[in-house]
Parts: sequence; C-alpha cells; structure tokens
Amino acid sequence: MSSLAEKAGVGAPAHRPLPPFTEEHQEFRRAVRRFVETELYPHADEWEEAKFFPNSVFNRLAELGYLGLKFPVEYGGDNDPIADAVFVEELGRCGSGGLAAGIGACTGIALPPVAKFGTEAQKQRYLVPGIRGELTAALAITEPDAGSDVAGLKTRAKRVDGGWLVNGSKCFITGGVRADMLVTAVKTTDEGGHHGISFLLIDKGEGVAASPLEKLGWHASDTALITFDDVFVPEQNLLGDENQGFYMIMANFQWERLMLALGAIGAMQWCFDKTLAYALERRAFGRPIGNFQVIRHKFAEMAIKIETNRALAYNALRLYAAGEDALRQVTAAKLTSQRDAVLVADQCVQIHGGNGYMTEYKIERALRDARLGPIGGGTDEIMKEILGRSFGL
Amino acid sequence: MTTAEVLKPDHVSHRKHWIFNDEHDALRDSIRRFVAKELTPFADEWEETTFPDSVIHRMGELGFLGLDKPVEYGGQGGDYYSNLILAEELAATGSGGMAMGIGVHTDMAMPPILAFGTEEQKQEWLVPAIAGKKILSLGITEPDAGSDVAGIKTRARYDSATDEYVINGSKTFITNGHRADVIVLVTKTGDSGGYDDVTLFLVPMNLPGVIRESRLEKLGMHASDTALLAFQDVRVPSSAVLGQVGKGFYHIMWELQGERMIMCAGAVAGAQNLFDKTLQYAKDRKAFGKPIGNFQVIRHKFAEMATKIEVAREMTYSTAWRFANKEYPVREISMAKVYVARIVCEVADECLQIHGGNGYMKEYKIERAWRDLRLNRIGAGTDEIMLDTIGRSYGL
Repeated sequence: MSSLAEKAGVGAPAHRPLPPFTEEHQEFRRAVRRFVETELYPHADEWEEAKFFPNSVFNRLAELGYLGLKFPVEYGGDNDPIADAVFVEELGRCGSGGLAAGIGACTGIALPPVAKFGTEAQKQRYLVPGIRGELTAALAITEPDAGSDVAGLKTRAKRVDGGWLVNGSKCFITGGVRADMLVTAVKTTDEGGHHGISFLLIDKGEGVAASPLEKLGWHASDTALITFDDVFVPEQNLLGDENQGFYMIMANFQWERLMLALGAIGAMQWCFDKTLAYALERRAFGRPIGNFQVIRHKFAEMAIKIETNRALAYNALRLYAAGEDALRQVTAAKLTSQRDAVLVADQCVQIHGGNGYMTEYKIERALRDARLGPIGGGTDEIMKEILGRSFGL
Repeated sequence: MTTAEVLKPDHVSHRKHWIFNDEHDALRDSIRRFVAKELTPFADEWEETTFPDSVIHRMGELGFLGLDKPVEYGGQGGDYYSNLILAEELAATGSGGMAMGIGVHTDMAMPPILAFGTEEQKQEWLVPAIAGKKILSLGITEPDAGSDVAGIKTRARYDSATDEYVINGSKTFITNGHRADVIVLVTKTGDSGGYDDVTLFLVPMNLPGVIRESRLEKLGMHASDTALLAFQDVRVPSSAVLGQVGKGFYHIMWELQGERMIMCAGAVAGAQNLFDKTLQYAKDRKAFGKPIGNFQVIRHKFAEMATKIEVAREMTYSTAWRFANKEYPVREISMAKVYVARIVCEVADECLQIHGGNGYMKEYKIERAWRDLRLNRIGAGTDEIMLDTIGRSYGL
C-alpha cells in the first residue's frame, strides 16, 4: 500500500505491531513461527496418525523456554504473559489442533492455577518441573454428567485421616492420558455446588485410570476419560482454599478463553495463508481461481474475520494482562473467534475443492479441529449467557 | 494468591481505551454537553427541515470543526482521535443526517485542502471552514459513476488563453450540496483512460454555471441536505486546482480512508446508543410476567449485539491507531468499514425487533436509526467495493 500512499502524496511508514505487542514481541513471534514450521509442522501428520505426540515435545519446548513464558521468574519463567500470547497464537500454525491443545492443556490450563493458588511446596513440586518439561499436568473439571454446569459435578472427595479419598470420573480431559498429575475439581461437601467444590492435585497412581477418547478432530491430543477409585490424596495436595474451587475455575477460565481465541486466530491465519497460496496457483477457466471475483471476496470475508478477531482479542489480552477482569471482552473474543475459525476453515476447504476434502492437504483437519472451538472452554451458548447476564438480564 | 483476591467482574467500571487519554475524556465531555444542550433537542425538527447552517457556525465558534487541525489555521491542534470523538458524540443526537453533514465538512472536504492545498487555498477555504464561516462539500459521485471513480465524466478543460479551466458535468448524492460555499470537485483533465486523468478543483458554489438542481429525497438521513448538482461551463482559474493535476484519483483515494474511519466511529457509537436504549427498554417492558430481557432468547440477542459492537469498536480503534500513526492501512480500513457497516444494520434491526410494534413507530426513533444506518453499507464505498479492495490487496 505504500506506493499508493506515495501517489496520494502522503507518507506511510511500515506497519507497527498492535499494542500490547512490542517490536521485541514481533521478533519473538518470528522465532516461534520458525520453530513451529521446522520442528512441529513436519511431524503433524505422523502425530495425528498416532493419536499422540511424544513427551519430547515438552522437553524441546522447555529447552527453548516456551513453557514458562507467563510464569514468575523465580520458578523458571519469564513473567511475560504477552509473549505467551504470541506463543499460543503461533502454535495455531502447527498443522494439528490436537498438538496445540495438548501443549496448551498443560502450560496454559493446568499449571496456571498451581502458580496462582499453590503453596510454595506445590509450586516446587509441580510448577517448576512443569516449566522444565519434566512433568505434564492436566486440568480435570468436566464429567460425564456435568460440563458447562460446573456446579453439578459429582466426583467426591471424602475426608479421611491425613487427606481425602476420591471417587468419581472425569471426561474430555485434554492431555489426561499422559499427565503425571491432574488438577482435579472435586466435591468436598455433600451439596457440592458453588460453595462445595475444591481442587486437589492428584498424582497418577493407584486407583487412577485414564483411557483415550476417539474424536471428530484433535487427533494428536490424548483426550482422556479418567476414573478415580478410592484414590487417597494427602492433605498437602489441596490447592487453594477448601470449598473455593468454583471461584478458582472461574478465575482460570479467562486465560483459557483468551488462549482459545488467540489459538483460533493463529489457525485461521494459517488456513488463510495456505489457501491464498493455493488460489494463486490453482488455475481454472484460464486463470488462477483467486482472480475470480467470487473467490476474491471469499478471501476478503475471511480476512475481515481474522482481523476483527485480532483487534478484539488483543484488546482483551491487553486488559487481562493489566490486571482487569475483562470478562466481557474475553467472553466476546472467545465466542466470535471460535465461530469464525469454523467458518474460515470451511471456506478454505471449499476453495480447495476436492483437494480440500483430502487428508493430504491438511485443510479438512483444520476444519475438524476448529469445530471443537464453539464447544470447548465453555460453549457458545454459555458465552452468550455470561454476556447477557453481564448486562443485568 | 487466595480465592478472596480473585477478580470479580465489574461491568460498570469505566475503562479508557488505550488510544485515549484524559484530555480526550475532557474533550468528549465538553462535546457531549454541547450536543445534549444545543443539538439533540432539535433533532426531530431537523428531520423535517434539514439542520440549519447555524449548527456549523456555532460549532466553528466553539472550535469543534478543527479539533485535529493545525493551530495556525484556527484549529485546536489536537490529535487524530479528537475527530473520532466528535463523530462518536454527534451520534448521540440520533440525527444521522446532521452528523453526516458535519462529517463531510470536517473529515471529507477539509483534509484534502489541508493535505494538498496551497497556502492561498488554505487561507481562503480552510481557515473560514474551521471557523464555521464557510461550508464545504465534496463531489465525487455522478449519475453514471459511483464506485468506479475512474469512470467519472465531469470534465475540466484547460483554456490556455485565459489560464482557466472550464468545467462541465454533474454530481449527485452531494451532502451539503445546497448549503456549501465551495465544493472539492473530482474531474477528468486527461484522456489516457487511466487513473492519471483525474484532477481535484476547489469550485466556489456561487460561480456562474453552478446549478443546484434538486434536493434528493432519501430512505434516511433526512436531516442532511443531499444535492444533485450541474456544472455548465463553469470557469475557474488554474489556481483552483487542488493538489497536482492528474493526481486527483490518488488524492481522493486517500481522502476516502479518513472518511471511512470517521464513518466507522460514528456508526459504532450509533449502534452502542441503540443498544443502550434497547437494553433499558428490555428491562422495563414486561411480558408473561417478567421483563422481556430476562427471557433467554432476548438475553442472547443482547449478547450477540454486544459482541458485534465490541468487535467493531476494537477494529475501528486499532485501525485508527494505525491511521493516526501516519500509516496508510487501506486494507484494515476497508475491513473496518465493511464490518462496521454490516453490524450496525444488524444491530439496528435487532433493536427494532426487540422493541416490537414500538420499534416500528416513529416516536421511539429506532426506525429512524434503522433507516439512517443503512446508508453505511453504500456510502463511502459499498460493501462490495470494500471486499474487492481487501481481496485485491492480497494479489487476487
């Protein structure tokens, strides 16, 4: 556009990164993008096929310092949530939603409550090795009979001498098969509900069984059904205050939803870039298909979706990082980004035609992976409930 | 950290957006008070009569017409955002036509004079325009050429004998066309058939041969005066050329960027006002034993609207930030324009629906907003042109 600006007689410096990102973050973004392109993307097919990715991914991420970006320096982190946001967005380009989710489930979802509410001993035991890539964790909230309605959880922790005895089950637990430790929401009163839920840090061991679930997408993610059969959990593994679990869940949701929004933006941009290259190359009726107006407008529509989501999510991120609750902004960002990611992936499949339907082009995978967005981390319907209620309705 | 320290949502806390500072707030406050006292009470009347020129005179007196213009020309020397604030606050009148008339003056016709005008032109037109003593308009569209700017037919022929240009042609949909003292006129001065044939002129509207043909009736924007103009052998000196001969197309493409930004700001504010008004209605209005807003389907309508408005606002502000930094973000502005234009129409329609029969009635002013906002998808570049611009920016 700068030549246009010249012709118009106005100057136009190059694009600067939108706040809250700085030039340093841009540089970091380039580094992460290179890493994702060279070390993750080439393995995406294999890991999708295997329905698992190796733990060595965590080791490598730790080596690069990517697992501790947002965590305090004293535990091995960088204390830079904005850099973590860059990392999450760029992971969206790895070619496997399950891989991105598997990484995010540990560093973005399971470890933050430990960092936020954990005792010093808990942080040393779980957070530090988690940042080093030596331990993986998963957050276990959803159950076969309770999803969005967190107050309906049934997994019960009964007081016994020196701790708790846990019985129940959890499902859709991303990273749950491999996880060494589960940050688990349990009922600590008979009533449960908003004032009767607590979090226990449960080590994998006797009485804990995890099995993988088959899914529409996210194949590289080891999504687990987990059962607890008379599992003893020692007193010191209570996370935060007893019966305050509901508020901890709510507190964690903001970051999780922001991550989902950023990841979706990264994934949309990847689909867009890949499909744009295809539309410029693929010819029909004597010209590149991208030169047909109807296809050009499809790209325009997709670009608008990506850029508007970026504007919204970046502002939500900025507010969140500044310590504001940003509930409305985060909720809206989650809602629109997940819906748009599905729409964008679907258009990209369409533009690819028959090739889009084929596994080889990885676009059908993007569509399947994106479809989880409007469900995971709080459904679209729940997002709208939260927003609507925030206006006093 | 204990759970007691967990942030609880605080929906009423005022959060300044990062592009704004305390000075902006103070400015917003003073514009808001002026709007509430001197404009809003007359909005209904102006729907019938169009708004009077005295609005522009008064705003000039108060310094609102040159908020971001240099002090040496009588402006306030503020930053770009101050104009966005004006556009947002004018939306509170509920008179889209009045806001548009002001916007054409301050953000469509004025910027090219400042950017490309000679010192003499600035003294003659910019200074009195900022002071509210002269009214500006901009003439691009013609009966046979709208989005296709290169297809315009109004011709300016150079007469070397007198060093004058002779202008013939017609322009339509010209906001402020009847009240204006001068028009920034887009003409053709060449025959190459390309973009380099276009030249801008500053044409005084009192010259012989300038004919204000008719006042156009419209779906909405009733407070605005919209003209069909004819130019018959209008002679202007060569010093009336604005910018460079043959560069008019690029000058006007640049102008359109600022115009679209201002449109976005005003439209988003208009949608927010509708939202607020309808939210109150949904809390007051009862059906089946409770406020209609407490029905889940209505609650989710508000959630959808709030999301769209928030996206539109962030897109507008972040793009305005680029523009204010002297970037030339044509792609992002086009994106903001089409997104905003669409969602404000959707929001207006949903607000009308939530108001039920009352929404259809003039009294509630929802139907007016519905009609006014519809122009956003056509004016300053249609949705379709925006999409084409965006698509082409990717080499398609």
